[in-house]
Amino acid sequence: MIVRIMGEGQVKVADSRLPELNKLDDELLAEMEGGDEAGFRRTLGALLDAVRRLGEPLPDEALEPSELILPGDDATLDEVRQMLRDDGLIPG
Amino acid sequence: MSGVMKRMGMIFRAKANKALDRAEDPRETLDYSYQKQLELLQKVRRGVADVATSRKRLELQLNQLQSQSGKLEDQGRKALALGREDLAREALSRRASLQQQVSDLEVQHQTLQGEEEKLTLAAQRLQAKVDAFRTKKETIKATYTAAQAQTRIAESFSGISEEMSDVGLAIQRAEDKTAQLQARAGAIDELLASGALDDRSGLGSKDDIQAELDRLSGGTDVELELQRMKAELAGGPSAQQQAIEGGAPGTAQQPQTQHRFDKQ
Repeated sequence: MIVRIMGEGQVKVADSRLPELNKLDDELLAEMEGGDEAGFRRTLGALLDAVRRLGEPLPDEALEPSELILPGDDATLDEVRQMLRDDGLIPG
Repeated sequence: MSGVMKRMGMIFRAKANKALDRAEDPRETLDYSYQKQLELLQKVRRGVADVATSRKRLELQLNQLQSQSGKLEDQGRKALALGREDLAREALSRRASLQQQVSDLEVQHQTLQGEEEKLTLAAQRLQAKVDAFRTKKETIKATYTAAQAQTRIAESFSGISEEMSDVGLAIQRAEDKTAQLQARAGAIDELLASGALDDRSGLGSKDDIQAELDRLSGGTDVELELQRMKAELAGGPSAQQQAIEGGAPGTAQQPQTQHRFDKQ
């Protein structure tokens, strides 16, 4: 599965590794919904590290669609919340 | 999966559909660029053909001039054998003028041959580039089609994706190549207009001073030629000297003779 980290590029993660990522992803969602900024930052960092560790980076010139998308390291809870709203950060 | 990753992915895909509706289709742009390249390549090939045609025309003219020159030399020899030194002088004088044209044409021919070789090489290189572009274009189109099917273009549209910039760069490269081709086509136009392909019938038109200089140098050649022919005919330098001194032009017959040479 191709995962994009916004602002960093893409990595290819084996499907067998997804449960591990899913666990962190679910935690991240819960922290975001609960407004736990500190927990959100910690879990986001852990998730991104796991993706980088488990995934194989794709070259910049590779043209592969991203199946999953993650906010960058520096994304705040508010920003991610905005992105997940209907309008998101991208108008239109 | 219902976490942040999944939801963000879904949102981006939803945005992608909308963005795709508005985005210009790079496949059409690539096809258009390729079509333009083919047209320009065709133009370069026509340029090569034009130069080759002009070169052949020059070769024909050269052959004609050389044969004419040989004829005049024979006439000069005959005239001298008949004791008509005036006619011989006229024939050799014309021959000298022809020889000048021949050497001018030879220079032009050499230049044109060089240009033709350069253009042929350029056309071959262009052909290779256009072929390479076609392959690249098909790859990009296939990739774009796959990307479009998965409606992920919104990522590019939002400026966070490297892929779109890749597609954009491919189009940019296509446009750059087209511009290069246009420049080359322009160079061919210049070559065609440079005078290298001028009608060589204009060769004879020289300014007065040059004409006089040519006449003088031609005259010297004529004298030398006359002496050589006389020596051939009389078999010795004394006879040759006598022939030159006694050979006054016959005024009454000259116009008739002139007419005869004009018909050659």
